[in-house]
Amino acid sequence: MTAPLLSIENLNAISTRENGAPILRDVSLTLERGEVLGLVGESGAGKSTIAKALLGILPRTVQVTGGAIRFEGRDLMTMPSRALRDLIGTHIALIPQDPQTALNPGRRIEAQLTDALRLRRGLSSKEARARALKLLQEVHIRDPERVLRAYPHELSGGMRQRVLIASAFALEPKLVVADEPTTALDVTVQKQILRLIRDMQRTHGTAVIFVTHDLGVVAQICDSVTLLYAGKVIEAGRTADVLTAPRHAYTKALLAAGPRYDRPDSGLEPVPPSVFEALRAEIGLG
Amino acid sequence: MNETLIDATGIEVTYGNGIKVLHGVDVSICRGETVGIVGESGSGKTTLGRALLRLVDVSAGSIRFDGRDITRLPEGEMRPLRRRIQMIFQDPMASLNPRHTIRRILSEPLKLHGLAKTAAETEARVAKMLERVSLPAVCLDRNPHELSGGQRQRVGIARAALLEPDFVLADEIVSGLDVSTQAQVLKLLKGLSADLGLSMAFISHDLSVIRAVCDRVYVMRFGKIEEEGACAEVFANPRSAYTRLLLDAIPLPEITPGWLDSKAGVEDAA
Repeated sequence: MTAPLLSIENLNAISTRENGAPILRDVSLTLERGEVLGLVGESGAGKSTIAKALLGILPRTVQVTGGAIRFEGRDLMTMPSRALRDLIGTHIALIPQDPQTALNPGRRIEAQLTDALRLRRGLSSKEARARALKLLQEVHIRDPERVLRAYPHELSGGMRQRVLIASAFALEPKLVVADEPTTALDVTVQKQILRLIRDMQRTHGTAVIFVTHDLGVVAQICDSVTLLYAGKVIEAGRTADVLTAPRHAYTKALLAAGPRYDRPDSGLEPVPPSVFEALRAEIGLG
Repeated sequence: MNETLIDATGIEVTYGNGIKVLHGVDVSICRGETVGIVGESGSGKTTLGRALLRLVDVSAGSIRFDGRDITRLPEGEMRPLRRRIQMIFQDPMASLNPRHTIRRILSEPLKLHGLAKTAAETEARVAKMLERVSLPAVCLDRNPHELSGGQRQRVGIARAALLEPDFVLADEIVSGLDVSTQAQVLKLLKGLSADLGLSMAFISHDLSVIRAVCDRVYVMRFGKIEEEGACAEVFANPRSAYTRLLLDAIPLPEITPGWLDSKAGVEDAA
């Protein structure tokens, strides 16, 4: 049996700023090749911390205190930093949350798309440009020549997000971490971007970790889901199972709390205090 | 619920650069009614809200508030009406003075508008409202940054409700909040508007949130009203193709086979 693409084992992390307050508590999850996993939770749940740990961009205020992140069996936590950078740079890519700030405003799209292709793949400028054009076509940008010459501010939010998706898939990574990639977008654009990520993921056979707070997004794009609260995994399983037969009271309450346009009087049931109390007791919070 | 409080007809707003952002919009809001204004970015929903409050000038059309034409009312004559027309903002952090305690933030408008005669009366009213919005009394001596996002939004709601307005404009007030906090705020707002008989315009990009709190909805696009109607009607049987498009674009938290591939008329890419 081959190792899964990614397995996080009992990962623990603390904040060095807030007196060592735990940020991740024994987080474990596995991801197979080509699988789409939703990492869900409300703010402070730790979903972004996990994403950052995978990309090797944890802030200095977060310290991993135990556990392993195994990528194709190799533990990222104990790898020499040079090897780690190479592995992440080649095999793990990010689709960031905010397409406004993720691109360098002073550089043309061409420069930003071809950097990695030249530096990591060793392509010539010409080859890299041809590859970038192809990538832009793949993310359904109609006038890729124009976009290559453009600066980020000349593109709409949806277009910038397409460029970032192209960039994420440029090196054929094995894992793409999508960190709330549609929260800043209008709902009709969100749907296009979700479809695009799904199509790219299927075409390239890439595994995706989709960080989101939206269970609707999870339902439509993720094979499996891991729900976090205060740095702890509360529920995990196949998306269909978790959404139709949630086991944890918190999962149930979250599903009931979300407003739905197809149901009158939905969206008005906050998670009951008793559920939070039970949750905090379970985690061992005061 | 059929006495009209706000009646705006043919509203046009043109910004300084000559770009028209509202092209003849009609909106009416009855007493006690909560009306949703929904649209994507650039649809003109926020400008419409600001026009209703006379925070931007209209270049054409008229706005009547409680039977009175306020379209071009000078600010001096608007001032007495300001208490009756309140606003709750998207980002409470930006709308609450960071140096002031919650006590001061809530009491000052009461004094300013002469709603409380004595310090004791102010204190009593503030305390009562604090309880109504389920904020603990210890919050009074804190500054905005010491509260959570949900708590700050409650302060914003309390500040508006304390002035016993007739009309409240709420612009994207739950968009940054977690689902459970959002449900608390929506429930509070719905209860409060029923208790106080408030009229409300609830601006949001999120049709699901509109459905949760509004009686009626205006769907906006390109500075015009695309569709208007009772929520029960519009959400079950949208007449406009654009409304259908917006609804179809919302992912429901249940597996919907083929949803991602249904184009629903969306023009792909630019």
